Amino acid sequence: MKDKDIIVTENLRYSYVSDVSKRELALDGISLNIKEGSFVAVLGHNGSGKSTLAKHLNAILLPEGGKVYVAGMDSSDEKLVLEIRRQVGMVFQNPDNQLVANVVEEDVAFGPENLGIEPSEIRRRVDEALKLVGMYEFRNHAPHLLSGGQKQRVAIAGIIAMRPRCIVLDEPTAMLDPVGRAEVIKTIHDLNRNQGITVVLITHHMAETVDADRLIIMQDGKIVADGKPSEVFSRVEEIKSYGLDVPDTTELIYELNKEGFNLPLEALSVEECAQAIYAVFS
Amino acid sequence: MLKDITLGQYFPGNTLLHRLDPRTKLVLTLVYIVALFVAKNYISYAVMLAFLITSVLVSKVKPRALFKGLKPIMVIIIITAILNLFYTDGNVLVRFWVFKITDAGIKSAVFMALRIAMLIMGTFLLTYTTSPIDLTDGLEKLLGPLKKIKIPVHELAMMMSIALRFIPTLIEETDKIMSAQKARGADFETGNIFERARAMLPLLVPLFVSAFRRADELAVAMESRCYHGGEGRTKMKQLKMKRGDYVGLTTGALLLTCVITLASFGL
Repeated sequence: MKDKDIIVTENLRYSYVSDVSKRELALDGISLNIKEGSFVAVLGHNGSGKSTLAKHLNAILLPEGGKVYVAGMDSSDEKLVLEIRRQVGMVFQNPDNQLVANVVEEDVAFGPENLGIEPSEIRRRVDEALKLVGMYEFRNHAPHLLSGGQKQRVAIAGIIAMRPRCIVLDEPTAMLDPVGRAEVIKTIHDLNRNQGITVVLITHHMAETVDADRLIIMQDGKIVADGKPSEVFSRVEEIKSYGLDVPDTTELIYELNKEGFNLPLEALSVEECAQAIYAVFS
Repeated sequence: MLKDITLGQYFPGNTLLHRLDPRTKLVLTLVYIVALFVAKNYISYAVMLAFLITSVLVSKVKPRALFKGLKPIMVIIIITAILNLFYTDGNVLVRFWVFKITDAGIKSAVFMALRIAMLIMGTFLLTYTTSPIDLTDGLEKLLGPLKKIKIPVHELAMMMSIALRFIPTLIEETDKIMSAQKARGADFETGNIFERARAMLPLLVPLFVSAFRRADELAVAMESRCYHGGEGRTKMKQLKMKRGDYVGLTTGALLLTCVITLASFGL
């Protein structure tokens, strides 16, 4: 893993104009470095500004104040927009609304085609990308006949085919059933681990953030917590004050500790949690 | 119920007709349509019919599927035939009240009905054997020269392929909204035509709202996949003319020459 920052934001501010006179501050001074090759989860509930932040990471929105740098490129420089978008791919919530073509492989080819890559090279990338997300055997299917999880994996393949260094996923599992959710989360973990692609996963399912390298919690356009998931979740009362839940394991240990036990709140995985409880009761 | 709508429906296959370059098929269809309107007599109609039947046999498309395509325009065919039957001058065969049927009337009625039916079946054969994406690619390539006179050919082709992509999605959505409205007591099936049109309103409003939302999201998704118009764009699948395509085009040229020659002799 390289220790370089792929994305840097400096005091990023952005506001939406909701009424004629009222401006709503969606991002209020976000400063953030994302290391290349890391898996970063951003948690927060609706209106916390997390989607707005995501849209800044590949120059779909431009900062009102502050700066965003992607691999050293300033996102407000218009000439660099295409290159920034090639380096930082984006997957959205609704799989139906991001697939362009009638056939899976044609859709995956859409990104590389836009970049003007040689047809034979596109073919190779499309096959490779579809294999990486485990959708190669569906390459000739029509997207509307696939399940939600499969569609979302096709959307991810469409991004990978552009050979990005970073993928930003904006609530990619919000519209999926539990099976589809597990498929997608496994796929992005594999890509992060085996291909070294930086992942920024934006979500409101805290369970999906447990395996991340780093967890950022957003509230009212500000970063309110930032650290390893086990550290962040061990601040149970604080997390709950943001209207978020903690993982079941943390909740269990937290409740036990309230009853007078002294268990480590950092035991995040089911295995660690079971070990900790077993150690006390045996 | 909305699922079995046949609009540009494609039957996958691997016959000679399926493998033809979409450009060839588009040109052939155009030639076929022109020839149909040039054809004026029994022999040329026989030639056209032979061409259509051969194409259908080669494509292995079930004739039933082609006839199914005729159903919605049956009314038009019948009306055209009746108009031709009664309003063509010639030797009167039957006469009643103000109507008269002439021998020329019967002939033109049959020809007119055949012409429309063959026109529809021929174009359906094109969409049955060509995937929508090939079709739009072919159109984009064929109309490419129009870019020089500032016609946005690439954009039009892109719009068409996105429209095709979203037809099933929107149909599914319509079904869902319909069920939701029915569950709340909406009635789409009874009443006269005006009442039924009114009943469609609570269906169309949410459908349009959601279509606009989808369009917005799709545009953002396309932009973040580096879409910036047709300039500098490549294609994964390159269209290539093969031997079969030249054979097909030659056949088309022969067909047209044949029909024009027959027409010029007044046969």
